[in-house]
Amino acid sequence: MSIPRQLRLQLQLSRPDFRLDVDVQLPGNGITVVFGQSGSGKSSLLRCVAGLDRPDSAHIAVHEHVWQDDRQKIFVPPWRRPVGYVFQEASLFTHLDVRANLYYGLRRAKDADPAALHEAIELLGIGALLARDVAALSGGERQRVAIAAALALRPRLLLLDEPLAALDAPRRQEIMPWLERLRDQVRIPMLYVTHSVDEVARLADHLLVLAGGQVHASGPVSQVLAGLAPPIALGEDMAAIFSATVQARDPRWHLMQVQFGDASLWIKDAGQPLGTPVRLRLWARDISLARSRAHDTSIQNLLPATVTALLPEAHPSQVLVHLLCGEQGIWARITARAAQALDLQVGTAVWAQVKSAALVG
Amino acid sequence: MKLACLLLSHRPLWALAALWTLCVPGPGRAAEVQVAVAANFSAPMQKIATAFEAQTGHRVRTALGSSGKLATQIKAGAPFEVFLSADSQTPLALEADGLTIVGSRITYAIGRLALWSRQTDLVDAQGAVLRKGNFSYLAMADPRLAPYGAAALEVLKSMGLWPSLQSRVVQADSVGQTYQFVASGNAELGFVAWAQVQEAQQKGSFWLVPTALHSPLRQDAVLLQKGKDNPAAQAFMPFLKSPQAQAIILSYGYTVYP
Amino acid sequence: MSTLLSPDDLQSVGLTLELAALSTAVLLALTIPLAWWLAHTRSPWRKPIAALAAMPLVLPPTVLGFYLLLFWGPDGWGGQLTQWLGLGRLPFTFAGLVLGSVIYSLPFALQPLLHAFEHIGRRPLELAAMLRASPLDAFFSVALPLARPGILTAAVLSFAHTVGEFGMVLMLGGNIDGQTRVVSTQIYGHVEAMEYGQAHALAALMVAFSFAVLLYLQWSRAAKAQGAA
Repeated sequence: MSIPRQLRLQLQLSRPDFRLDVDVQLPGNGITVVFGQSGSGKSSLLRCVAGLDRPDSAHIAVHEHVWQDDRQKIFVPPWRRPVGYVFQEASLFTHLDVRANLYYGLRRAKDADPAALHEAIELLGIGALLARDVAALSGGERQRVAIAAALALRPRLLLLDEPLAALDAPRRQEIMPWLERLRDQVRIPMLYVTHSVDEVARLADHLLVLAGGQVHASGPVSQVLAGLAPPIALGEDMAAIFSATVQARDPRWHLMQVQFGDASLWIKDAGQPLGTPVRLRLWARDISLARSRAHDTSIQNLLPATVTALLPEAHPSQVLVHLLCGEQGIWARITARAAQALDLQVGTAVWAQVKSAALVG
Repeated sequence: MKLACLLLSHRPLWALAALWTLCVPGPGRAAEVQVAVAANFSAPMQKIATAFEAQTGHRVRTALGSSGKLATQIKAGAPFEVFLSADSQTPLALEADGLTIVGSRITYAIGRLALWSRQTDLVDAQGAVLRKGNFSYLAMADPRLAPYGAAALEVLKSMGLWPSLQSRVVQADSVGQTYQFVASGNAELGFVAWAQVQEAQQKGSFWLVPTALHSPLRQDAVLLQKGKDNPAAQAFMPFLKSPQAQAIILSYGYTVYP
Repeated sequence: MSTLLSPDDLQSVGLTLELAALSTAVLLALTIPLAWWLAHTRSPWRKPIAALAAMPLVLPPTVLGFYLLLFWGPDGWGGQLTQWLGLGRLPFTFAGLVLGSVIYSLPFALQPLLHAFEHIGRRPLELAAMLRASPLDAFFSVALPLARPGILTAAVLSFAHTVGEFGMVLMLGGNIDGQTRVVSTQIYGHVEAMEYGQAHALAALMVAFSFAVLLYLQWSRAAKAQGAA
């Protein structure tokens, strides 16, 4: 199996109140979500990759094309980088209508292909909006047009800087399916910056976590979230996200069984045919633990697992337990008192009681 | 009743009131006269004012401006009591409007026109430079606004040079500005007041224009209605004809009627 | 009324409009790049240059005219430069008035432009860069269209300011027929010479003209705003 071509990002940025120091290799396909709290440097990283901000020293290479290398004194100016950028807000020209916005880049890109624009319009479903003025669009429509404008240029890398942050909740829900379509149908690698765990869950193939200008974790999303690598403080949203396959169906009770490794869960029947891969999210708060397998309980999803770590939580009454269920890591949040009462140690065999599991995406 | 008590109880107030009565000029006490003076006469006017104050003890307050502007202000009710114009037309106009004391008009000075350049070799004593024409700009005051400008125009016309020189003429707002154009060198030469050339100690080169070439530049003064009852104003007019004043006026390059 | 407007008066109107139009054009060509630079530079020269550009606001126009007369005269550096360049001297010429107007109206053109460019901010330009536009391209295809209201304001202000210019023309003009005889000094001359009827006529003409222009601008801006909606 050939190794997919990579994104090599190595850069240092020093400002009076802020430092960014990153050295990572990211996959050359799929969506890499860059996650972090505000001030973690995630937007700066994106802007440096685009060439909008200039780091003090850097080596930035996309699919073996070097965009910046200070040792070789290479700096490709932003308007020459084959990159697409979707800004969080003010992402379109207000003095042009939608069609003119879409054609702006096409007129200037050397290898412009109108077919790409038509594909993008199809993909984002904006055909009906072409004659409108930018001011007449909703927030979600505006971002879809911005994404289409970026895609129309067939960039080698698509950068999205918190594209949903400026939208209210209903608009966000409205545009999410389009982003998922983007993820499914577009073969261009994407760097997607966000501080929303929901977006991580629904979109990320690869996860890069930044904190205080440093890389905290980098790897496939299920690994980063559920692995033993230092857990990112997702707080209340702590969850395990991983893939499973639809195994069986129970039409009488409207349930379907999804399998991962040797373990399986029964969840709400969402209609996927057998054998379809799905994405599962298990909130830590939805998992309780027992030393013995309970029989007369409403919780029917019981997974055998081993405790691999016990971590303190923000509040001293809580404790975060990392478990291994087969090869899949899962998190459970219980009270410290319960942990002691159950005498949980590293290596203890327990039953993970999954009250609810949700499909994501 | 209350007011009286209030007043009586304030001794400092009484002192102030007494002091004030001493300052108000009554008949025979020192008075103040407001004189509007054409700007080109400002330097001799300063000396005349000083002499007048020394002799009579009256105070003189001067306002300078172009004759036309001052006249407009007088028409609009400006508080001037005596008007020293740069021409004879403007006081006549004011007289026609009834703003003056009839019979008070006198000619206090007669001006001379000079063609002057700051270059020492440009203007000859006969004014032939005008025929030679070796200059780009000739400055003069606007004939409509200043008598010296009107005189300059007369000179050029009587010399038959107006048609040929007209395109090179630069018109200034006043004879003061004319002088400025020439003094800065922007106009190589110009028609200014002889008094101005005198003031500059006759630096440069000049032609004192013969009086035959233009109407006399009579400068008239007149007592205005506002100054009717002012002893200082009434004393100022004859002072202009006094030997002291005339000596000053002569020393500045004007002529006077004997 | 028309008998009151002499050929001289009418010519002065034409000259004034010519002066205002040319000065405005020169001013815009000068101030658009300057405002752009001021809006985006981080150079330490920014503050002193911005202050310098605002100076004409502070100086009385007569004073400005007087110092220009000296500076461009045979003794001044400006005059010596123009003579050395074979351009003759600037006082008493139409070109001199244009240059003087440019200096005098500079802050009136610069301020609205600076505001407009600052208001645009960096985002539209970054967007343009991400859509393959070079900085020069972005300036013409994005910044200028977005700044159009500001440019219009700058043009109108400069034009109006130059039409009303008096003190500077008085000092620098010389009232030369067909070159520097503008409306403001004509009206002044009529008043000085007590030709009030002519003064009224000329003033009324200018007021009517200016009002018509400004009214048209208001109307066209409103129409544009409506059309855009």
